[in-house]
Amino acid sequence: MLKGEGLWFRYGARLPWVVRDRTLSVLPGEVVGLMAPSGYGKTTLGKLLAGYLMPTRGRVTLNKQLLPSRGYCPVQLVFQNPELSVNPRWRIARILREGHPPQRHYLDALGIYPGLMTRYPHELSGGELQRVAIARVLNRNTRYLIADEMTAMLDANTQALIWKVVLEFACQHHVGVMAISHDRPLLTRICQGHTIKLLIDSIPASLAKA
Amino acid sequence: MLSISNLGITFTQYDQGLRRKQLTVITDLDLTIQAGEVVAVMGASGSGKSLLAHALLGILPDNAQLSGTMEFQGEPLTPKRCEALRGKAIALIPQSVGYLDPLMTVGRQVQRVGQLNGLSSGAARTLANRTFARYDLPPTTRQRYPFQLSGGMARRVLVSTAVLTQAQLVIADEPTPGLHPDVVTETLNHLRELAREGRGVMLITHDIEAALQVADRVAVFYAGTTVEIAAAEDFARGNLRHPYTQALWRSLPQNDFVPVPGNQPSPENLPVGCLYRDRCAWVTSECEQARPELRFVRQGWVRCIHAER
Ligand code: SF4
Repeated sequence: MLKGEGLWFRYGARLPWVVRDRTLSVLPGEVVGLMAPSGYGKTTLGKLLAGYLMPTRGRVTLNKQLLPSRGYCPVQLVFQNPELSVNPRWRIARILREGHPPQRHYLDALGIYPGLMTRYPHELSGGELQRVAIARVLNRNTRYLIADEMTAMLDANTQALIWKVVLEFACQHHVGVMAISHDRPLLTRICQGHTIKLLIDSIPASLAKA
Repeated sequence: MLSISNLGITFTQYDQGLRRKQLTVITDLDLTIQAGEVVAVMGASGSGKSLLAHALLGILPDNAQLSGTMEFQGEPLTPKRCEALRGKAIALIPQSVGYLDPLMTVGRQVQRVGQLNGLSSGAARTLANRTFARYDLPPTTRQRYPFQLSGGMARRVLVSTAVLTQAQLVIADEPTPGLHPDVVTETLNHLRELAREGRGVMLITHDIEAALQVADRVAVFYAGTTVEIAAAEDFARGNLRHPYTQALWRSLPQNDFVPVPGNQPSPENLPVGCLYRDRCAWVTSECEQARPELRFVRQGWVRCIHAER
């Protein structure tokens, strides 16, 4: 289980709290939707759970252990803007080879066709680059995925395509997913058939299965 | 007010061996916008919606050639005229505060827009203050720098920059992704108000729901072409004409959430015939012959030879 307990965060001792006393958890194979108003600290919370930031107070544990401080993090974070997560000077093939290369069928399912491999990130459309960023985390070493507005920049068709692949991957490998979004229909849809947990304004609201 | 027909944009590029290469990224793009109307331009990334905005603002790079016609208020829009009208008769509401000068307070920036539009500095300041009040921005906002604005405030400041111009055409570039639903609604209402003042508004977006919340008509772009121009009501009414528009609608999470397989073709190898044919469930051999013309079907425009079915 991925668990954040009593998480507090601020960027400096004199600065205001960005995250205040949040506790939440994701089980393997579970899909949790997080929808909350601005100021809740959702994005920061995602970064804390993925080990991008250290909590000022509280702790994040994965199966009761702290997250590893080196090597591939089993908790992966995918943001809204893929430009920030890829090396702009590398060709796509190299970006995908780094770490744990994704299996062929995920590339195909995501529509990453061979012609993209020799290009640089700036030569891809936003939708293509986001699919590359996602392909990178679809490997067995990923145990939890934090998707922070992962498809907010994409058209409805690409959004449906990406979620189909990601949910199939999560189901097959028993990966826990936390989806952060402002899009209620999207969260309701992707949490369907899984443990449904839609956190709104920090009050967990269970929804009937559709 | 704005009328675009058969617009094409081609880039001349040089390969490694200094071989000249022509890359046509927009082919047969059509769009009209009337005064007082909000028209959404919708499509995936790479469909040509941003390039169209760049063309209208006269900010395409030098290696771009235009074909077809663009007319604004009855006169042809040449790149030169676009440049002259930019920030005056044609204004952009940028996507993020990243487009503002990070080192200048937002009050001064908004005021400067007024001055560029011919107001004295006093008149521009008064108008800027009035505009900030209109958008419920507290007076202290004037002294802030762009990075100090919250998401909702940033949207209002960006809308203010367009209000200070006398622009008859306002282009809003992807104003909604990742915003809280209340802020989205607020932003869209601001666009509606601009149209009520008699301006034409072009909303560039990939977000169908946002488009349908505010637009009168929706133009759907695919691989640099207008495939359909529909009334906003046509979506919920099941009166869509092009298979791609229908697929987009079905792929919404509140509908079927099922994607169409395949990719939008890249400008480097556009297929002969219909640009959608490798993904289309209705395809026949006739679709491979030629690019379908834009036709008027059931009160809307569509580029598909089988749209009557
Ligand atoms: S012209 Fe043919 S291939 Fe193109 S959208 Fe219509 S039916 Fe499909």
